[in-house]
Amino acid sequence: MTDVSLKAPAVAPAAETPRATSGREVFLPRDARRQTGFSTFRERLRWPLGIYTTPIAVLIVWEVLARAGVLAKTYAPAPTSIVKSAVDLWQQGVLGPDLAISLQRAGIGLAIGLTVGIVTGVLGGLLRSGEYLFNGIVQVLNTIPLLAVLPLMIVWFGIDELTKVLLISFGAGVPMYLNLFAAIRGVDQRLIEMARTTGAGTWRLVTRVLVPGALPGFLVGLRFSLAYSVLGLVAAETVNADEGLGFLITQGQTYLQTNQVFVGLVIYSLLGLLADQFVRALERVLLRWRPSYEAA
Amino acid sequence: MSTTVATQSAQLRRQAGAVVEKVVRQFGNRVVLDNLDLTVADEELVVLLGPSGCGKSTLLRLLAGLDRPDGGRVEVPAKRAIVFQADRLLPWQRVLRNVTLGLHGPDADQRALDVLCEVGLSGREKAWPKELSGGEAQRVSLARALVSEPELVLLDEPFAALDAITRLRMHDLVRALRSKHHAAMLLVTHDVDEAIALADRVVVMSNGRIGTSHLVELSAADREASLAREELRSALLEDLGLANQH
Repeated sequence: MTDVSLKAPAVAPAAETPRATSGREVFLPRDARRQTGFSTFRERLRWPLGIYTTPIAVLIVWEVLARAGVLAKTYAPAPTSIVKSAVDLWQQGVLGPDLAISLQRAGIGLAIGLTVGIVTGVLGGLLRSGEYLFNGIVQVLNTIPLLAVLPLMIVWFGIDELTKVLLISFGAGVPMYLNLFAAIRGVDQRLIEMARTTGAGTWRLVTRVLVPGALPGFLVGLRFSLAYSVLGLVAAETVNADEGLGFLITQGQTYLQTNQVFVGLVIYSLLGLLADQFVRALERVLLRWRPSYEAA
Repeated sequence: MSTTVATQSAQLRRQAGAVVEKVVRQFGNRVVLDNLDLTVADEELVVLLGPSGCGKSTLLRLLAGLDRPDGGRVEVPAKRAIVFQADRLLPWQRVLRNVTLGLHGPDADQRALDVLCEVGLSGREKAWPKELSGGEAQRVSLARALVSEPELVLLDEPFAALDAITRLRMHDLVRALRSKHHAAMLLVTHDVDEAIALADRVVVMSNGRIGTSHLVELSAADREASLAREELRSALLEDLGLANQH
């Protein structure tokens, strides 16, 4: 090894200034820390249930309170008794068809809403003329609360399936358009410029730059769409329905069958969870390139 | 080494890599390029030197066709490529697909692999851009520019964001690539040492024009350390208005 040193220092040392020795920190490998009985115990107890910790704690407390008679049966029946009534309803042949009709409504509504939202969103995002055609009207529609449209829809389309499906597609389409439009417009201008200089044509630009670049925003839109479609489903089914989950809940309310109300709520929340997990799975596959933040 | 004054004669005009004639570019009232003339000969590497904000990048964008001049004329080959200061890789495409972005044809992948090998990144074609170091990412963007066999390569401070050691390696790489790819190159920088290391000719921009032009005819060793190098260096610093500070 050669050791070259220059005698003249680059910075002349300042005249002796007594430096106050402030606190110092020492970093060592984690396992070098001394293991006490307490810390091992704590490590093992540390969040064995992960994100399910709080929900499960709530369920347990709820069950205990219900069994102890603190919570009245008509007020909040025990979780186990809700599960039991779900099984009963299923065996009576009520829950199955109700769930099927609800899912059918949500499916058709989502299909229409997402199709319209994606087509207009892509056109609005890619083309100036598309922006002028769609952006104003969707911005206006976005300011109208979903539930406020329901009375008008009933006047226009009656209390049949059409109203329910249209309400769901309205709920799904608007957020999809808004997010997709913003996502396409938000693709880094410098990347678009770069793609143009490589000689990539419009097709390459769209498929390799704009579409993948807009994907994160699209998935955000999809998440909102799914959530709002469930909202639309509830609103549509609670008013003037004679079958479906909303009907199940309204019926439960009428006859003070709190069990039945909770069964409906649980199923709605399971639908929401499933939708969320679906989008998360899509994100894991489609956004592999994006290293995301993981909390310690 | 010979030092000549700005007005380049027409002898370089034959089959030129790029011709810029009396180009004007202004933003509002601020005239950035003021009747600027510049010619880059075939296979010549011209380094455009100038302080920050003097209009170097503006000129490069005109040559790239990203902006239009407000006056004058710019003539460049249709086959040209640009390397930006930031790597500008598509984060959602793997390295190989980033390189083939503008390529068509069945041999596109093979050509991209060949160029990646030339820039010393063979085996990294499946990596995501986020997994690359700064130097590696910039080498990918160099490969992306070279893969289309351009006749003119424009480099906009391509190594400015790299650390000093990586920058020296990139200089070696550029010299090696020039022996394989016969393209005219215009490299914009504010680094005098980089200019001396790479240039066939250094032009210094001032007041929206090419102020001075220095032909650099030094061997690789002389570019590292020699009397001629030091003379050129101080001449360039003087042109940049930094003579007294060094």
